[in-house]
Formats: sequence, structure tokens, C-alpha cells
Amino acid sequence: MEVSYYPGCSLEGMAVEYDRSIRAVCHALGIVLADLPDWSCCGASSAHFLDEELSIRLPARNMEIAEREGRELLVPCSACFQRLKQADKELKKDAARWIDRPYEGKTAIWHINEFFDRPELIEAIKGKVRKPLDGLAGVAYYGCLSQRPPKVTDAPSPETPESMDRLLRAVGMEVRPWSYKTDCCGASLTITRTDIVHKLSGDLFEAALEAGAECMVTDCPMCQSNLDTRQAEIEAIRQRQYGLPVFYLTELMGLAFGNYQATGWWKRHFVDPVPLLRRKDLL
Amino acid sequence: MVWLRPQAALGSNPPMSNDLAIHPSPTFLADVEARSGEHVSLCYQCRKCTSGCPAAFAMDVMPNQVMRMVQLGLEDELLRSRTIWICAGCQTCTTRCPNDIDIAHLMDTLRQMSRASGVPAGEANVVKFHKAFLDSVRRHGRLYELEMIGLYKLAAMDFFGDMKLALEMLKRGKLKFLPPGIKGKREVRRMFHKEKNGNEEKG
Repeated sequence: MEVSYYPGCSLEGMAVEYDRSIRAVCHALGIVLADLPDWSCCGASSAHFLDEELSIRLPARNMEIAEREGRELLVPCSACFQRLKQADKELKKDAARWIDRPYEGKTAIWHINEFFDRPELIEAIKGKVRKPLDGLAGVAYYGCLSQRPPKVTDAPSPETPESMDRLLRAVGMEVRPWSYKTDCCGASLTITRTDIVHKLSGDLFEAALEAGAECMVTDCPMCQSNLDTRQAEIEAIRQRQYGLPVFYLTELMGLAFGNYQATGWWKRHFVDPVPLLRRKDLL
Repeated sequence: MVWLRPQAALGSNPPMSNDLAIHPSPTFLADVEARSGEHVSLCYQCRKCTSGCPAAFAMDVMPNQVMRMVQLGLEDELLRSRTIWICAGCQTCTTRCPNDIDIAHLMDTLRQMSRASGVPAGEANVVKFHKAFLDSVRRHGRLYELEMIGLYKLAAMDFFGDMKLALEMLKRGKLKFLPPGIKGKREVRRMFHKEKNGNEEKG
């Protein structure tokens, strides 16, 4: 199976371990990732804040390339995913307004959890597990933009998604139920209004602990970075110890597959996951 | 519900003068609806948007009040509000609105109208952040995170906040030193010149 891959800007920078773990997991599953040639920024949340036209033009260029490539498109960043889906829908309505060639709109756009969550891939994932994540209790945190708004994302269950839960169970993790799966962590304000992030992310940590989680798992680079880098500050403000490592979905899949590169991923985390993984006999 | 002028009531922005009279704009509702394509008139104040809004606690105007202010033509008050910049774009309101109003999209429209009208942004740093992001994308075709942070810090005159965090990110290889380079850089740059309404004007 060969798919086009749109890493997006954060996977080349702050979320580099997400990119590496996706590549490792796909390699193990026999999925060939063909990087979208000469991809450009999708504009993420900034373009639609300030400039409506630009917020479609930027992702439209990438959808045009994806259509030329003719494969399904895997988009691991939730913000990129949502912007590319939006551009795809606008292009289908009126391609001539945005690009110089006709647009058929046949490219299937996948976010990471929905991409893996197909019966045949779940079976393949189960078959690759060498080290089941037995006894590791965590919550699946989906965040906002892979799910909302459903008229753009086509998410089947935007208020209570299940796809990541299923994938984590397939690699043996104990997935705890909680009702904060899609509550916003505030990432888009992390630099400008950190006080708002302290409240929103702090509430998520409290809820995760209450659910009996020892770690959080996400598939959004902004959520991961926000929850990981701001956790120590929030602990200091709230005078509480959370100690919740924040994993990418694909990091835990890679770990369960027995991937030897995984040690290189943990070094990039702010909340060090190594003690927890040692305690669980997973390292 | 008692109607208060939000800024005057909450003291977030001092009133422009001692004139407390409200001066509604007769065209604001029509302008907003035309520009956004959203039927704000349909809002019947069920307040689902406000109940589900994660950032409402930090806002000076609640999302359902934003809808009413558009209907009433309170243009100046709304375009100066903090709310339109505090909205994190999480799309919860849009997902839940029983009248199918894309409220998060309406917030985009209001932000852009606020910028175009030249009123000071209720949260100036939020504007500076997004401008820094887009400036970096315009230059390179992709985001150069290190440059974006530098541009933002300069614009916001915030030289010490998060310094430790930035250093820790560098140490972990999470910020690239070198800018990205793509062949389509010029093509991307041209997109910025096509429309001048959103990101070229005064900060």
C-alpha cells in the first residue's frame, strides 16, 4: 500500500518524534509513504484568523499536488488535516476560483487515527505486536481539529470518537474511559495567552488522573507539545504533581512493535516517559 | 437579560468617551452575513455555544452575546472586543449550533473586519502572533518556527517570556536552526499578494 504523506511544518520541527514514529510504524506495516512533492504550509490557524482567501489558497496548492499524485493522502497534523479538508471542499464547489486546472476531488484525505482504524489494518497492527503494552493505563485525547467541525472533517463521531481507543487497545494498552476526549487544550493561545492554556490543560490533567490514567495519548502535534511543555508550569501553579507523559499514538504503536528507534523519541519529551515505561517493564 | 455595554461593564477597554449611549450600525448585520455567508439572524439565543465554549471564562462578551450584538448592529463594541481574539478556534460552537451557524467561521470574519476597520485589536499579541506566523510562511513557503518566534517576540516586545522553553526545545532538536526551502516558494508568495485585505495593514 502506497499513500501520499503530508507531514506539515510542525512534524519537521517541534513534533519531529511524531514524524519519525509514523515512518517507523508505517514501514513495519508495509505502508509506503510518498512525501507530497514540494508541499507547502497549509496556513494552519493563522491564515483563517487573518485572511479568508489565503486560508483556502495555501492548502489548495497542496490538494492540487495530491490530486496529481493520485494516491490517498495521510495528514498526521490535526490542523493541517482540517485545513486540507476545507480546501478540498471549496475546490469541489468552485475550483476555478482557486487553481488553474480542473479539480476532480477524488483524493481521500485521512487523519492518522481514522487512517489506521480499518479492520484489515487493525488486524495487521495486532499481528505486529511484540511487546503488548499490558498494564499501561492511559487516556486517548483527540483534541479539536481532527474532529471538528464534522461538516469539514467528516468525523463519524465528533463528540466521542473511538478510533484511537481501538488502536491503543489493539497494541494492548488499558484505555481508560473519560469525557474529555475532544475538550480543547488551548494550544493556539499557548504563546499569547498562556494563562488560558494553564486553565484548559490543567483541567485535562486533573480529569486524566481522575480517570486513572498514567499517561495521555494524542495524535495532534499542537496538543502534544502544549500538554508536554506546559505541564511543569501548571504543576507549579496548581501545587499538584501530574507526571503524565504525553505520547503520540504512533510512538506507543512503535514501542509495542518492539521498534529499537523508540529510545530516540523519548529524549525529545519534556515529561520524561522513561521511568513510567521502565516501571511497566516496557523498556 | 439585562443588556450591558460589555467593555463599559467589565472595564476591559475603557470607553472612548463619557458617552454611554449605544450607536448601532444599521448595516452591520447585513455586512456580516454577506461577508461570512452565515445566517446570524437565525440565532435564537439557546446559548449552546457559550455553554460549550472552553475559553468563555476569559471572554468579555459571551459567544451568544456576539450573535446578538451582530443582530443589533453593535459593530464598534464587537470589533473592539477581546472575545473575537480569545476564541481559540476549537469549533465546538460550530459543531453544536442547532441553527447550523458556523460561529467559529463568524469569529474569523469578525477578526478580519476588526483588522480592516483599523480599531485596536482587543488582544494585540494574538494578532502579532498570527502575523509573525504568516510572515514566516510568506518568506519560506513553510513555517520556520525559530524565525516566527523571533518575529513575534520583536513585535510583542516580549524578550524573556518562554526563553527557557525555547532553549529546552532547541536542546531536544525540536526547533530547526536552518530555514526550510521549497521550490514553490514564489508561488506561495504570490498568494499573499493576491489579497491585501487581511495581513498587510497596520498592526
